[in-house]
Parts: sequence; structure tokens; C-alpha cells
Amino acid sequence: MRIVVEKRDNKSKSAAVLIPLASFAISLILGAMVLLASRSNPLQAYSAMLNGAFGNARRFQYTIVESIPLLMCGLGVGVAFRLKFWNIGAEGQYVWGAIGITWVMQFWKFLPVPMLLPIGLLVGMTLGAVWAGVPGYLKAQWSVDETLTTLMLNYVAIGLAEYLYISAWKAPLGNMGTPEFPREAWLPPVWGKIHSGLYIALAFVVLLWFLLYKTRWGFELNMIGKNPRAARYQGVSIKRNIVLAMLLSGAICGLAGSMNTAAIAHRLTKGVDGGYGFTGIIIAWMAGLNPFASILVAIVMAALTTGADALQIAMKLPESMGEVLQGLVLIPLLAGSIFVEHKLKVIKKEAV
Amino acid sequence: MNQQTQQIPVVRMEHITKHFPGVLANDDVSLELYPGQVLALLGENGAGKSTLMNMLVGLYRPDSGSIYIRGELADIHSPQDSMALGVGMIHQEFMLVGNMTVAENIVLGMRELPFVPKIDQIRAKITELSKRYGLQVDPDAVIHDLSVGEQQRVEILKLVYRGADILILDEPTAVLTPGESRDLNKIIKKMLSEGKSAIFITHKMDEVIEFSHKVQVLRKGKTVNTCDTAGVTPQDLANMMVGRDILFSLDRCAYNPGGVKLKVDHVTVVNPLGSRPFLDDVSLEIHRGEIIGIAGVAGNGQTQLTEAITGLLHCTSGKIFIDGKDMTNSTPLQVIRAGVSHIPADRGANGVVGDMSVGDNLAMKKYRTSEISRGVVIKRSFLRAFADKLIEAFVIKTPDQDTCVKFLSGGNIQKTILAREIDSCGGVLIAVYPSRGLDVGATEAVRQNLILQRDKGNAVLLVSEELDELQMVADKIAVMFEGRIMGIRDVKETNTEELGMMMAGATGVRRNA
Repeated sequence: MRIVVEKRDNKSKSAAVLIPLASFAISLILGAMVLLASRSNPLQAYSAMLNGAFGNARRFQYTIVESIPLLMCGLGVGVAFRLKFWNIGAEGQYVWGAIGITWVMQFWKFLPVPMLLPIGLLVGMTLGAVWAGVPGYLKAQWSVDETLTTLMLNYVAIGLAEYLYISAWKAPLGNMGTPEFPREAWLPPVWGKIHSGLYIALAFVVLLWFLLYKTRWGFELNMIGKNPRAARYQGVSIKRNIVLAMLLSGAICGLAGSMNTAAIAHRLTKGVDGGYGFTGIIIAWMAGLNPFASILVAIVMAALTTGADALQIAMKLPESMGEVLQGLVLIPLLAGSIFVEHKLKVIKKEAV
Repeated sequence: MNQQTQQIPVVRMEHITKHFPGVLANDDVSLELYPGQVLALLGENGAGKSTLMNMLVGLYRPDSGSIYIRGELADIHSPQDSMALGVGMIHQEFMLVGNMTVAENIVLGMRELPFVPKIDQIRAKITELSKRYGLQVDPDAVIHDLSVGEQQRVEILKLVYRGADILILDEPTAVLTPGESRDLNKIIKKMLSEGKSAIFITHKMDEVIEFSHKVQVLRKGKTVNTCDTAGVTPQDLANMMVGRDILFSLDRCAYNPGGVKLKVDHVTVVNPLGSRPFLDDVSLEIHRGEIIGIAGVAGNGQTQLTEAITGLLHCTSGKIFIDGKDMTNSTPLQVIRAGVSHIPADRGANGVVGDMSVGDNLAMKKYRTSEISRGVVIKRSFLRAFADKLIEAFVIKTPDQDTCVKFLSGGNIQKTILAREIDSCGGVLIAVYPSRGLDVGATEAVRQNLILQRDKGNAVLLVSEELDELQMVADKIAVMFEGRIMGIRDVKETNTEELGMMMAGATGVRRNA
């Protein structure tokens, strides 16, 4: 008997739903084994996580707040991924968004205070777009590999931000961090901890869905992503679209950075490179690049983070256990995605 | 005893069956090859010839059935396994590394090679083998400086160097001139005299008769007939291969060309990798209501000519005019807007987006127009109506328009492209190998559509490697060789011999100047 992996004749709708669910169940079992090995009751641990993420209004709010930048970064990299352009530089683009808004808040004194927030968000967006546009242009013009350029530019952005909050833009008091933004220029809250960035993120979900699925441009991106040569033969400019998609991708990630800075830290400081840009890559993948599905995935990923914090407090488990459990969720999900397009076939008789 | 070994076939495949998703590629096929023999495997594209041979060399595994080499049951998992048994295959696409030398390519990947190869010994062995079989190549030449014919010799050398005595050649003459084909024939004869044997995949009848001792005809994955070559006629073979009589003529209006529609004026395109330019001072005019055929062995600049016209390839010098307007080095979109439609070679790679639906693929030119879009928004209802209309008009066989194009047969993929390009055609239609690999019905549909466009007053450029097709469809034939046009002839005033000579690079063979 032999087992072979074979491509499915047609994508199965039910498989697309059942396989991720089954993968999630497998990851829970794997996680339980790890928890048992560290002498914890898996059921207790899981309920502590669930409770930590959604247990009361404040925890729920915290999970949603955490999911907003994740969702934005997932949407951003998803645009580039449609073209099979591997933008893994969302982290750097996010950081530039944070730098941009800080620059406006701190130095654009000529602006009236109510204008600081909108202009700051726009500048953050623009800087994120430029930071992503550079590797896009390099790829379009000279086929420079984007995985290297986008990855490396992350560290340039993070290094620059450190220099700014430790030295150049540091507030006179304290040992790091820029001065706090004027209170009137903070991103206003909508419910408890949840800030109005939520509306912006949801607006982008709808906007991107429309752009990618309903417009001529979305049609072109789809063509390029699935067969760039055929797209070129149909008169679609690949160079132009790579640059455009990267500008949009970077703008969304940049906006995520400026929004989050204006809503939470209210200044540029340590922790600006929180890893949202990297987690965004996972979100885009697991959501199958679908903007609406990204909402759900972003909440799950945020819940894993907030839940892991609770795990530490309630179960006295080390912080890294939360990361182990997060990783264990991802592996079966990503590995399982191959079976959405492929199936296993068992061949009874050995052919010689 | 000696008598006995002569009777044992060197290759015996028994009851081989192979499924691919949605296709039964081989259905209970058996095959025998005897030493010193050439077996021709004849069939249309998609008949299962290459699949069968790929199982013999271990690229695929049969679902059921068994393979015996020299009488012994063989378990072949990889090309290395088959090579160890002396079975080697030359694929249609050569497996050579372009920027390495002949000698390096020949020994590349050999397991018994020492860590530091003794290049002098290798070179000496290559020289000895090439003398023995008449395979002239310079062991130190770099592959991409060689002609296609020479590259094929390197492929053959690669196999004999590794000790193959059962050679499988997949459509070896498709890329050769008639002269090179004759040389290949001599080389193979020489090998047979040493007791080697060969299987020859082809869909050309004359080759079967010229090269082989036995012929096995496949149709839709099944063996239709196996017989000795002596005594069969091309007509018999054609009927066996297709399963019905082939039509050899098409209806058309009288030749009545209008003004010049497309003009290619002294165009040169440099090849950045090779020494010879892709296009070397090419000039050509196509009138309205005319089909110009481009003949030539594949790889002599035909595709580059069409890509230069369609804005996909940068012209180093020269001009291209459409309706008298200079379109040199325009973008592909500008050329499309000027009314040029393009049916590209390699339809799967260039013509369609396999993972998108039939409907989307049909709309890939017109999505920019008000027929499908309102401003920047694509109207799904318009697109659906548009696609349904084309599916019906061009008789595209698909479950529905939402099916991914990659699940259609080659003929229906080609019809999808044809429908899109003809529907959006604004005066010029360029078709590159449009009937390659299609069954007879689809081929007829393609040819009829090209002629219909001509009769409507459009300028048609048809690139084909089959002279019969060009003679049947075109009004004039231009022959390309090494990036140059060797001459342009009226179809009625030329013949296969003259065109064949020009394809091999001969000029000035006009009977009356």
C-alpha cells in the first residue's frame, strides 16, 4: 500500500472550512501534551487563556486593542502577497509610521493642535509607503530580491527609531522616549480601552475588499499574482503594479504604526517594534489574503497573546510557554493548508 | 543460446495504466522493443506517448502494470535508476546548463565522478565517442553558443557517455532542419549497428516511415495498432492516429489584399546572452486581408519577431509601424490599443492564467472597456454575459464559466484564447503555433478562424512549424533562419523543397530570377 499526495480536481468549499478547524483541534492536543510535560493541567491552562483573553470587558477590550495593529499589518502585507511580492518589511514600515507621527507631533509646531492627529497619521502613512516603495522599485526595475531588501530595511528603521527615542528626539526628562503627544492629539477612545483606530481598520477591510475584488486594478493584481507572464501579454504593466501595490501595502502598515502610537504609547519609545509587522505576515497567510477573514484571524492571534499573559499569572508558567502555544497553533494550521488544494490518495496494490 | 537472447525484448512494458487528476493518460498499454530496432511511438499530443516513456525512465510511476528490462522485472524510481539499466531519454526541452561547456554538461550529476574530475580524460572520451558516432561537437564550447541541432548532439553524447544502450527520443526532429534530421538518422543507424535500440516519440508520419522498424500508434492513452513500418502508408498511419479521415482543405475568399496594415522595417533585436542576435535586420509587410505565414525551425527568431511587434521585446534598432504610425518599442498595452491581438506560443504559460476562471480569462482584454466595466469597477453581471456569449460563439467545452481554465483540455484552453483575441481584434492578429498539440477538430477550428479574420479584412501573421499548415492557410510564406528572413514567397509559387532549403539557411534558390 502506498499513500500519495495528489492535487484536488477542484477546490472543495467544505475542505476550506473543515481543514483549518481540524488543524486547530490538533494544535490544542499538541499544546496539551506540552502542558502536561510541564506538569500543568491543560484544561485549566486553556480556560485560563480563554478567560485572560475574553473573561471580562476590560480583557476583551485589551484583546481587541491588540488585534487592531495586527489586522492592519495583515491587510497591508496581504496586498503585496497578492502579487507574490514577499513584503516581510511590515515591521519597518510600521516603525516608520510611528516615527512619522512623532515627527509631526513634536516638531510641526506651526500646525493648530486639532490638525496634528490627521496630519500625523497621513505623514506616517506616507513614510511607510516610501519605505515599502523602495524595495518595490528595486524589484520592478532591477529584479532585486524583495525578501532581502524588505527584511533588511526593517533593521534600519528599528535602529533609526532607537536613535531617535534614546538620543536625538529624547524628552528632557527620563532616560528614553520622546515627549508625550498633546492630549488633544491622542486617538480618541470609543469604548473603554478600545480606540477609534478600530473604525479605521474596519474601513480598510471594506476598502481593500472592494479594491481587490471589485475593481479593474484588483483584477490586474490577481492576474499578476497567478501568472505574471500572461498578465504582461495582456498588456498589464507588472513594474507599475508592483510599485503601486507596495506603496499601498507600506501605507497601511505605516498607518498601523502611527495609529497605535497615537492611541497607546502617545510617544516614540521602547517597544515600538512590537512584532506586529511580522505577525501580520502570518495573519495574511492564514486568512488566505481575504480582508474579512483577516479580522477573525487577527482577533485569534491577539487572544493568544493576551491569553498567554494570563497563563503566566494564573498558572505560574514561564512567559515563553505562551509563545510555545502560539507556535503550536500555527504549525498545524499552515501545514494543514496544503490539504485544501491537495488530497491524500491511498493506492492499494503496489505497482511495479 | 545466442538465438535466444535475440528473441528477448530489451524493453517490455506490460499492461501499464496511469491516471492523472481527471485524465486516464495510459490505459492498459503494452510495448516491446527488440535490440537493434527503432520503435516509433506515434500519436497526437495528449495521446499518452510521453507519459508512457516518462514511466520507463522513472519520472512517473505507473498506477499498475510492470516493466521488464532485458527480460528482468525492473523497479524504476528515478532517472538514475533507469540510467543504471542503460535506459536514457532525450526530452523535448533539452536539459542543459546554458553557461557551462559541453564537457561539463555531459558529466554533470554523474555519481561516479570524483570530487575533482579529471577533465582531460573526460574530454578524451567525449572526442572518442563523437568520432565513433559522427556527433561532431567541441567539448569546450559553451552551450548557449551552440545551435539547437548541436545541443541535441550533446544530449545524445550525454546518454552514450553514461552507457545508455536504449535511447528514448521525444520528438527529436521538431527542432531540426531537414538536413539535421538526416544526420540524426545516420547517427541512430550507427548506434543500432552496435546493438543499441531506440524508441522514437513523434506525431509526424514521414518520420515514422523514414526512421523506424516498427510503429505503435496510441490514441487517447490506448494502443490502437502495432505493426511493421514496411508496408504502411502515411495515410494509414494518419487514420489510425486520428481515428477518422482528415480534411485537407479549407474554404476561403479570393486573395484580395488591401493597404499595408503592419510594417516591420529593418528590425534588429540583440540577444544579451548569445553571440547571434534574436532578430537580424528583419523587414516584413502585412496587408489588410492577408495571412503571412512565418516558416522556420523553432528557435530561429519567430517568437521574438512577434514579441517585438507586440511590445514585449525591446527592438535594438529598426521601426515597427501599424497603420503608418510608429509603434516601435511601445508598451504592450499601447500595441493592444492599436488593435493588435496576440495568440502566444506556450498557451499555458503565456496565454491564460490557469488559476483564474474561464470567464475571467475571456475578459482579460475587454475588462478595460465599457463592455465589462463602469469606470474602474468591473461589473460582474456584464462580465458573465460577455463570457457566456464567447463560450457559446466559440463552442468552448467547459462545465461553466467559473471553472478554472487549467482544468480544460488543451484544445479548449486554446479556444478560450482564440475567443478572447478574436473578439478584441482591431485589425491585426498574430498567432504563434496556434494549433500546436491540438486534436484535428480543434486545429480545424483554429485555422478556420484565422482565415475568417483574413476574409474580414484583418492582417494576420501566422507562425507555424508545419509547412502543410502554412501552405493551407497562408497567402505568403516568409522563412526565418537564425534571426533573418531568408525570403518571402507566394504560396502558389513555391513548394515544400524550396521552403525546406530556406529553412536550412539556403538563399538564392529561386528557379527564375
